[in-house]
Amino acid sequence: MTLDPKVPEGPIEQKWDKHRFNLKLVNPANKRKFEILVVGTGLAGSSAAASLAELGYNVKVFCIQDSPRRAHSIAAQGGINAAKNYPNDGDSIWRLFYDTVKGGDFRSREANVYRLAQVSNNIIDQCVAQGVPFAREYGGTLSNRSFGGAQVSRTFYARGQTGQQLLLGAYQALMRQVGRGQVQMFPRRELLELVVVDGAARGIVCRNLITGKTESYAGHAVLLCTGGYGNVFYLSTNAMASNVSATWRAHKKGAFFANPCYTQIHPTCIPVSGDYQSKLTLMSESLRNDGRVWVPKKKGDTRAPRQIPEEERDYYLERKYPSFGNLVPRDVASRNAKQMTDEGRGVGETGLSVYLDFSDAIKRLGEEKIKEKYGNLFDMYHHITSENPYQVPMRIYPAVHYTMGGLWVDYNLMTTIPGLFCLGEANFSDHGANRLGASALMQGLSDGYFVAPYTLGGYLASAKLGAVQSGHPAFREAERAVEERIKTLLAVKGKKTAVEFHRDLGRLLWDDCGMARNAKGLKEALAKIPAMREEFWKNVDVTGSGEELNMTLERAGRVADYLEFSELMVRDALHREESCGGHFREEYQTADGEAKRDDEKFSYVAAWEFKGVGQDAQLHKEPLAFENVHLAQRSYA
Amino acid sequence: MNEKKKLNLTLKIWRQKGPGDAGRFVECKAENISPDASFLEMLDVVNEGLVKRGEEAIAFDSDCREGICGMCSLVINGKPHGPELGTATCQLHMRTFQDGDTITVEPFRAKAFPPVKDLVVDRSAFDRIVAAGGFVSVNTGNPQDANSILIGHAVAEKAMDAAACIGCGACVAACPNASAMLFVAAKVSHLALLPQGQPERMRRVAQMRAQMDAEGFGNCSNEYACEAACPKEISVRAIARLNREYLKASLCSEE
Repeated sequence: MTLDPKVPEGPIEQKWDKHRFNLKLVNPANKRKFEILVVGTGLAGSSAAASLAELGYNVKVFCIQDSPRRAHSIAAQGGINAAKNYPNDGDSIWRLFYDTVKGGDFRSREANVYRLAQVSNNIIDQCVAQGVPFAREYGGTLSNRSFGGAQVSRTFYARGQTGQQLLLGAYQALMRQVGRGQVQMFPRRELLELVVVDGAARGIVCRNLITGKTESYAGHAVLLCTGGYGNVFYLSTNAMASNVSATWRAHKKGAFFANPCYTQIHPTCIPVSGDYQSKLTLMSESLRNDGRVWVPKKKGDTRAPRQIPEEERDYYLERKYPSFGNLVPRDVASRNAKQMTDEGRGVGETGLSVYLDFSDAIKRLGEEKIKEKYGNLFDMYHHITSENPYQVPMRIYPAVHYTMGGLWVDYNLMTTIPGLFCLGEANFSDHGANRLGASALMQGLSDGYFVAPYTLGGYLASAKLGAVQSGHPAFREAERAVEERIKTLLAVKGKKTAVEFHRDLGRLLWDDCGMARNAKGLKEALAKIPAMREEFWKNVDVTGSGEELNMTLERAGRVADYLEFSELMVRDALHREESCGGHFREEYQTADGEAKRDDEKFSYVAAWEFKGVGQDAQLHKEPLAFENVHLAQRSYA
Repeated sequence: MNEKKKLNLTLKIWRQKGPGDAGRFVECKAENISPDASFLEMLDVVNEGLVKRGEEAIAFDSDCREGICGMCSLVINGKPHGPELGTATCQLHMRTFQDGDTITVEPFRAKAFPPVKDLVVDRSAFDRIVAAGGFVSVNTGNPQDANSILIGHAVAEKAMDAAACIGCGACVAACPNASAMLFVAAKVSHLALLPQGQPERMRRVAQMRAQMDAEGFGNCSNEYACEAACPKEISVRAIARLNREYLKASLCSEE
């Protein structure tokens, strides 16, 4: 099978407009004959479901939480990018496009990124029209702030709760359609199988998490908007329910998985403090607008931060990257924090953290102003650490936060399975090997509000889809597979909990496939994961039954999928013999420790085809051409 | 690492097999708990122990564990989200408790939040209230430039104060009448303050209130318990605004 990204011909500025014109339309009366299944209700899922319902499609929406409003997009803090150029600082669609391609270390598809930059402005307009309470200046215009990897202020925000406010905007649009009867909402459902009939995605099988019943839903197309797989690492900033199962099950049914090794380790998180920890907490990148990152110049300096005089501090980001300073991209900031702690200059009890210091900003702007900008973040830090960041510098350390990899999609956001679309973090499309801050919200809403509603119509208008009901034998078969698997999980009755397996796997991946990777470690991990998986199916302990709400069982099912998926992630990391963005192979670095790409050999998207559990996946390559942003070693100095 | 003194606690936890079953308090031990652990991480430790002993884990809701998704709940020692002001259960840390404490843990109780299992309740009534009118009716498309709607800084901040509601339902659990007034007031205030969606302002408040009543939530009798329990510290002044909006809609609506 050859991968066809279906990128339209013509100059990059005209591709999307021309493509939209060329896409076939579904007439209004015919739209109501189509049944669309949307899985996941984060920014991508909610916005897509609402927009499709507004167009007249019948939409069924599924989410894992008790309400669509709780999807993990809600936890995004800092902001959303757009090329509005309101501050008059030289921003443009072209600059946002350029920054995003460069920020992604030249591993994204130019045409997708350009479209993202184009629709970024529509997103802000749309959200304001919905009543999203963005921060405002005294004259009533919108405020902006800066994020990493950009020298302009293009980030719109609602305090430290931008994700919450954007998601509530999309959620309200979605609930409006529920009220109109155009959307049927199915909360507390977990997708466990994708159903493919005659080569096209025609439905899903899910578990009703309250009753334990296996339920089948048929439709004309399926949109997976199920987020990233960061929780494969056990500790991440993701929510407890975030998981890889939906995309992994689709992968097993034929959807290629692209660039699974591209994971984002966010530089500013609250450091790990103990074994009991269930997750890590992010401190928004926006804090780097006013906070200064430093470590002591001396190794093993255990003095309290305020006791260390100015001249004995190393503001290493400002020193090494004077143009971008504390606002270098995330991969660069994380790698540097690791270098500092590796050198023995880390701070705190464990030595595994660096300072993020606001004392200068508080002196300059006053505590009130800082409170207004970041109040909820400071409170959150205070709650978790019991230290007051207005008085002592925050201690931060990198943590897994976002995954750039995901299901491979073409320009239409369709996977290699016709009729299966993938939106938001769940796809691989726009961020290359490193995502810039405040771009995830932009991509989720771009996919959902402004891309999928058009491209889905194009698919439905040209595909010849026969009638398929949920009584079709393919559904029976998928239901049987789901029930069989649950029975097996419950029957093992071993000695080790799914959480313990998950923690072991996470530690292995953090050590061998985390912020820095090398061939030796990756090969060792590749040997260990199948053994871990085998032990899981012999020794996992799941209590309770399958006919009720059983969170132990849910967790076990997700860990089982991580134990398969992680092997692909490590294999991808091993095969990519270069460093790019968040994928840092120790063997491939420049003299000053920056990521060293190999454009000759690796300027492609690695899309993997499933060949069976424990079998080597087959690699397909989508070559990447850079016709508008010229390949160059990234420099933020 | 600095060895902080670990906590040993007794929990009195509400266990209930399913919606139709009788519930009861069950006592269990939480041992060797780090004071830096969150309340939910303490329950994770307890659950791991239960599963290891072949027993069923205690069902409780949680997701983001950063205090923003609104999925976690629990009435801890009689208070929704526990003893700390402005804090959701997931951000409540065990350093708040003393070694040897006995802690009572119950679900959010309200007629409109039917029980599901153990500490889990069904809060979908909130979604139905939003579906009844908690939105601005604007389709995806090409609205005017964002800066053509000017909103003063103070108004935007006030709207944001109300919009900060996480929809957890603590206000309902805290209210002796199990009223959802603070939840409804937060959304009504957020949207009433802004210029967007003004044409449906009266319709919105009327329909949201009607749905609130239909779901079986009680009335407001000015107890202010909701404000005290709210993890986002949303002020009861929002309820005053809701009442004004409702009165105006009752008197002046053209519909």
